[in-house]
Amino acid sequence: MSANLTALAYLAAAVLFILALRGLSSPESARRGNVFGITGMLIAVGATIVSPDITSYAWILAALVIGGAIGTGIALKIHMTAMPQLVAAFHSLVGLAAVLVAAAAMDSPASYGITDALGHIHLASRIEMALGAVIGAITFTGSVVAFTKLQGLVSGNPVTFPGQHLLNLILAVATVALIVMFVRDPQVIYFWTFMALALVLGVLVIIPIGGADMPVVISMLNSYSGWAAAGIGFTLQNSALIVTGALVGSSGAILSYIMVKAMNRSFISVILGGFGGDTATSGAAKTDRPVKAGSAEDAAFILKNASSVIIVPGYGMAVAQAQHALAEMAEKLKAAGVRVRYGIHPVAGRMPGHMNVLLAEANVPYEEVEELEEINLDFANTDVAFVIGANDVTNPAARNDPASPIYGMPVLDVDKARTVLFIKRSLSPGYAGIDNDLFYGDTTMMLFADAKKMVQDIATELG
Amino acid sequence: MIVDPLVWELTIFVGYYVVWSVTPALHTPLMSITNAISSVIVVGALIAVGPEEFSAAKVFGFAAMMLAAVNIFGGFVVTQRILGMFKKKAK
Repeated sequence: MSANLTALAYLAAAVLFILALRGLSSPESARRGNVFGITGMLIAVGATIVSPDITSYAWILAALVIGGAIGTGIALKIHMTAMPQLVAAFHSLVGLAAVLVAAAAMDSPASYGITDALGHIHLASRIEMALGAVIGAITFTGSVVAFTKLQGLVSGNPVTFPGQHLLNLILAVATVALIVMFVRDPQVIYFWTFMALALVLGVLVIIPIGGADMPVVISMLNSYSGWAAAGIGFTLQNSALIVTGALVGSSGAILSYIMVKAMNRSFISVILGGFGGDTATSGAAKTDRPVKAGSAEDAAFILKNASSVIIVPGYGMAVAQAQHALAEMAEKLKAAGVRVRYGIHPVAGRMPGHMNVLLAEANVPYEEVEELEEINLDFANTDVAFVIGANDVTNPAARNDPASPIYGMPVLDVDKARTVLFIKRSLSPGYAGIDNDLFYGDTTMMLFADAKKMVQDIATELG
Repeated sequence: MIVDPLVWELTIFVGYYVVWSVTPALHTPLMSITNAISSVIVVGALIAVGPEEFSAAKVFGFAAMMLAAVNIFGGFVVTQRILGMFKKKAK
């Protein structure tokens, strides 16, 4: 294949990748989009394999078969509740692959065509591969830490220690200094030293970030993996890789922005960390205000007599694996003539869109699942708001109490519904460590139980 | 081929508009598909693993290729699985 034709093939692949993302504007077009993505990948890989530089196929085939089998096996078996950790694991692989490609280019620059007549690596290529490698290394170890937190291998609580930010700063400055030294004089030792520093830095930037901030972290790492790919793409002068890197990088950045906005936080406060563990950090705001508690029977009675219900799911639903039982309960209500919809907060769960996937898995039609802006005004004329596994995203203090740490965060206005049914294990505060006024409202009935058990019991009561 | 940084900047703009048009309900498959396509980094691995003679670069390339393959297959398959779950109301 001529060089022009190869370049054209890479460009075609890039366009197909853009179309793949474009397809995700609606569930109907999304499946076709995925096919565009697969086609683009086949074209990019095919165009590279037929190039004259590639003469030995045994290793390629072995890597494809082993990697492909592992990837397909995992993808077919993974539970939807485990999607956040799967995505984190995949990000780590992109990061590590970027590191390895940079290492290969370092070892054999001539085969990548990045050397001048004397065999020295071009100045621009040094900068590009150093950046690609460093971002890749941070993505790799950062994603591994995110994975272990999400998988529950380590606690989701923030890990903080004195001097943490100073240490990070020193490491970051040292990494930049070594990159500059490498760019001036491409010694192998500089390359591996800044790589090692970047690997450590990746761990250190993610450990202080708590479990509840994971939607931001995953989106950020998604973005980093894109920038790492773009850095390598510039080194290789490969348009498919550059375009994809930019696409993924901006996609992750936008998702992070959406998540940060939805929590009314700043990037800086998330990155500095120390906020939002799995369990509340203190027994903050313990009060002995009266609450109204009810049973499954009471809840079933209220639901059955409602004409409209909005269900508000959160991370607790995923933890309890309650989505199937919930969908069953909703079916019974629908059969009894109740209008049932779902209201999703952007940061419900541990990754963007987490709740939507779980509800889709439980066969909830996507027309019934609405976003915060779409549904928030409807609470005022809804009979029952049914909160399952969510907490802070329903807290009216975000609207009413300027002293509250979550003041200004967009919340689902469940308190405006005529009745609020709130499933919760206990009165413990949410991740922000603050009390929720909703628990003590006149129109609120608390259902103290495991989420899955409670919806099963309600479904039984509904008959 | 010389790839102008302009291409890159343009793609960031294209990415900006394309990603904002993605419905929030599909943000999880957006992440899994971006995982898959960013593994087009496999083309860099192919260059390293492709030559006959044995070298450190070939080993790095092999490892990178295997990781990228996990991601490509895993990413596209899981995206397909997720998208298959999004169903319209049964009439």
